[in-house]
Amino acid sequence: MARDVAMKRRAFLAAGAAAIVARPLAADAQEVHDIRPIVDAITGGAAAEEGGIEIGLPALAENGNSIPFTVKVASPMNETDHVAAIHVIAERNPRPVVAVFHLGPWSGRAEIATRIRLAGTQKVTVVAALTGNRFRIARKEVHVTAGACLDEGSL
Amino acid sequence: MSMLGRLQVPPAVRRGDVFEVRVIVQHPMETGFRRDMNGREIPLNIVDRLACTYGGREVFRVEPGSGISANPYFVFPVVASASGEVAVEWRDDRGATGRVTAMVNVVES
Repeated sequence: MARDVAMKRRAFLAAGAAAIVARPLAADAQEVHDIRPIVDAITGGAAAEEGGIEIGLPALAENGNSIPFTVKVASPMNETDHVAAIHVIAERNPRPVVAVFHLGPWSGRAEIATRIRLAGTQKVTVVAALTGNRFRIARKEVHVTAGACLDEGSL
Repeated sequence: MSMLGRLQVPPAVRRGDVFEVRVIVQHPMETGFRRDMNGREIPLNIVDRLACTYGGREVFRVEPGSGISANPYFVFPVVASASGEVAVEWRDDRGATGRVTAMVNVVES
């Protein structure tokens, strides 16, 4: 019995030590990435026009684990002029590419909604790929009180 | 292994109108950055592809990353062309898949 307790205590201490070791890792993961290479990979170096995209995000999020997120792109969504893809990039997430959505004229409207994770206060960038090799870009800042955390307790 | 999900479409839509498809998938979307109570890394495990077909044709696709929340939820529009089946299929990075379907009834306006 006593041995059992000792083992549990050891495991507990080890977990504590691991949590301490994990801290600097978390700080690294929350560095702001330079997203220009990501945007360039999408646009192929073509210039992206600012605006024409409505990003729905709360100005303040208490918790970064599940933030309601919507994108609306102004587009007629017909055969010759539509939004083909919507790229979502979070510069401060450890993996900045959040998701890529594919739409078409059969979508009728260029709108999507989902829930995203954000590792802290940052600007979320949306790049819309339109027909005719055109691109639009928009950003929105979100203040996140507690980022999408790395420890078990955060779920 | 098959995964659970829920799909919601309006029961009836007028031809030519845009309707919303809502889908939620039961999945932890593990980022690979978390540690369990013993300090061990929890490996990455995410749904990396989800697609929707309507009448057999793909009308929506998303490639989620670890930045999509646990139990991924997506809402997207589709133009009502003809009565038929809306099917959403997804897979995770370990090959687990899931599929949910619903019928859309298109009525003349």
